[in-house]
Amino acid sequence: MSSASDQSPQTGDAETQAEAHISVRNLDMAYGDFLIQRDLNFTIRRGEIFIIMGGSGCGKSTLLKHLVGLMEPARGEVFYGSVDFWKASAVDQLRIKRQFGILYQSGALWSSMTLAENVGLPLGEFTDLEPAEIRRIASLKMALVGLAGFEDFYPSEISGGMRKRAGLARAMALDPDILFCDEPSAGLDPISSRLLDDLILQLRDSLGATIVIVTHELASIFAIADDSIFLDADTKTMIAHGDPRVLRDHSSDPKVRNFLLRGELGAQAATEVGGAAAG
Amino acid sequence: MAVDAYRDGAQIALGRLASGDISLRLTGDWRLRSGLPTPASFQELLRSQDRLQRLVVDASGLHHWDSGLLAFLVGVREACRARNVDFDAGDLPAGARRLLTLATAVPERQGARRSSAAHGFLTLVGDETVKLWRSFGGMLEFLGQATESFGKLIVFRARFRRSDFVEVVYECGAAALPIVTLISFLVGLILAFVGAIQLQQFGAQIYVADLVGVAMAREMGALMTAIIMAGRTGAAFAAQLGTMQVNEEIDALSTFGLSPMEFLVLPRMLALILMMPLLCLYADFMGILGGAVVGVGMLGLSVTQYVNETIHGVGLVDFAVGIVKSSVFGVLVALSGCMRGIQSGRSASAVGQAATSAVVTAIVLIIVTDGFFAVLTNVLGI
Repeated sequence: MSSASDQSPQTGDAETQAEAHISVRNLDMAYGDFLIQRDLNFTIRRGEIFIIMGGSGCGKSTLLKHLVGLMEPARGEVFYGSVDFWKASAVDQLRIKRQFGILYQSGALWSSMTLAENVGLPLGEFTDLEPAEIRRIASLKMALVGLAGFEDFYPSEISGGMRKRAGLARAMALDPDILFCDEPSAGLDPISSRLLDDLILQLRDSLGATIVIVTHELASIFAIADDSIFLDADTKTMIAHGDPRVLRDHSSDPKVRNFLLRGELGAQAATEVGGAAAG
Repeated sequence: MAVDAYRDGAQIALGRLASGDISLRLTGDWRLRSGLPTPASFQELLRSQDRLQRLVVDASGLHHWDSGLLAFLVGVREACRARNVDFDAGDLPAGARRLLTLATAVPERQGARRSSAAHGFLTLVGDETVKLWRSFGGMLEFLGQATESFGKLIVFRARFRRSDFVEVVYECGAAALPIVTLISFLVGLILAFVGAIQLQQFGAQIYVADLVGVAMAREMGALMTAIIMAGRTGAAFAAQLGTMQVNEEIDALSTFGLSPMEFLVLPRMLALILMMPLLCLYADFMGILGGAVVGVGMLGLSVTQYVNETIHGVGLVDFAVGIVKSSVFGVLVALSGCMRGIQSGRSASAVGQAATSAVVTAIVLIIVTDGFFAVLTNVLGI
C-alpha cells in the first residue's frame, strides 16, 4: 500500500479482518453543509501505531472526533471490531468509549481539579478502588509521564508541556485499549517531544494498546508510525495510505512525498499536481 | 503622457519606453504610513491607454517602500490580467520582486472565499426562522436531558462529584448572602418609603408593615433573589461551562463515558434549587427589616407595633407562595445558565455571548413565570 491507487485494505483476507481494531468505511465528514472529507476507507489493526497526517486544516482533528464518537458521520460507518459504533445501542457505545484514552491537543484537563484528581477521576468512576488506592495509581501514572510530585497542582499552575503530559497520564488512567492523541508533540520542545514519542512506543509495547495519532511532526511520524493515511484539503479525501517511510520514497503522489520530505520538492510543484492523484 | 500626483510621497505615472511598451513609473516613498495611491486611480490611468499589450514597472525613482507597495502592485497585476496586458516587474527591487512572487506562490483555494453578497429580505427572515427553530429544538433537547438526569438522581444512579456539589452550594448559597442582604434590605426600605407617603395621608402608617411584609413575602423576595442569582450565578454557570467547552474539557468528559449533564449540570441545578428558597426566605426577612427601619425611624411606630402588625398581616401562605416561586425561579436560572454554557461556541466571544444570553433568558423566563404565578394565585384565591 504505497499510494492512492491501492488504499482499501479492509476488504482483505480473513487474517486481516481478524486483527482489525477500527475500520472506517465510506466515511464522509461535514460541518452542516460544508464537506470536510469524503470517502475515507481504512483499517487500523490491533496494537499498531497509526498516524493521521495532512496539512493544516485538512480535517485531521475532525476525523479524530469521528473516531472517538464525538461527531456523527455525514455518511459511512466506523467499526470497532465488528460493532458499527453509530448503529450500536447507547450501552454498547458507552462500553466502546470506555476502552478509549484520549489525549487532547490542549490537554483538556478539568481545570477545577488537581492533576491527581484529573487522573484519578476515571478510576474513581469506573472501578471499585478505595480513594487511597486511586491516589497511589494516579501518582504512578503521573510518575510514568515524569510528573511525580505535581499531584496537588492545578492545571493552571503548570506549563503547556506538563499539561500535555498530565493529559496523557489521564488518558492512560484506565489502561485503555485504544489511545487517541491529537497532535501530542505540537508546542513541545524537541526533547520533550522525543520523550513523548518514547513514552507512546513503550505504552504500545508494554500494554499492547492500539494508538491513533494525529500529527504533522515528521520526526515523530518516522520514529513511531506503523501505518498512516494522508488527508488532502484540496481534493477532500485521503490521497495515500501506508507506511510513511515507504510513502516518502515511493508514493506516486508528489504532494505526499513533498510533505514527507518537508517541502523539498517545492511548494509550487506539489500544489500543481496534487489534485491529479486523488481517488 | 498622463502624469498625476495623488498624494505627497508615493506617485504613479505612465510613460512610453523606447521599445514602445508602456512603463508604470513609481516615485517617492511607498509606505503604508505615508499614504498610497488607490488601485482605482491606476485603473483610471490604464483606461486612457488603447491597445496596451505590455506594462513595465519603472522603479528608478522609488525611495523607501514596504508592503504597501506590494499591495498596490498585486492590484496592478490583477488589473493587467483582467485586460490581457503582460505585466513585467521591470527594475523593481529584488526584495519586492521576491515578495510579489511569494504572494502568488500558493494559488487561491477555490471556494474558500466567503461571499459577501447581500441577502434578500426573505432570505434573512428564512435564515432567522430556521435558526430560531433550531434553538428551540436545542432547548427542548437540553430540557429532556436535564429531566433524564434528574430521574437518574432520584434512583441514585447519577454520577457527579460530591465535592463539586458542595462547592457550587457554597458559591450560590453562602457566597451570595452579602449582595442579597444589601438588595433586599434596600428594596424593603424603598417599599416602605413609597407606602408611607400614601398611607400617612390617611393616618394609616401602621399598614406600612403589612404592605412591606406581604410584598416581600409574596413577590419581591423571590423576584429580587432570582434576578440577583440570574446575574450572579446564572452568568457564572454559563461562563464556566462555556470555557470548559472551549478547553475541550466537556469533550474529555463525554469521551470518558461521563455525561456532562450529570457531571456538570446536575450539581449546579440541584444546588440552586436547594439554595434559592433559603435565600428567598432570608431576603424576605431582610426586606421586612428594611421596612421596619423606615417604620420605626420615620413614621414613629414602635418596634413591637411593627412586628405585631407584620405577624398579623403576613400569613404563612404568603411566605409559601414566595418560596414555591423561588424554587421554580431557581430551576429557570440554573437551566438557562447551564444550557447557554453547554451550547456555547468555542471562542472567547462565544463564551461572552453565552453569559449574556444566560442572564437575558433567565430574566425573561422569571418575569413571564411570575406573571403566570400572579394569575394562578388569583384564580386559586391564595
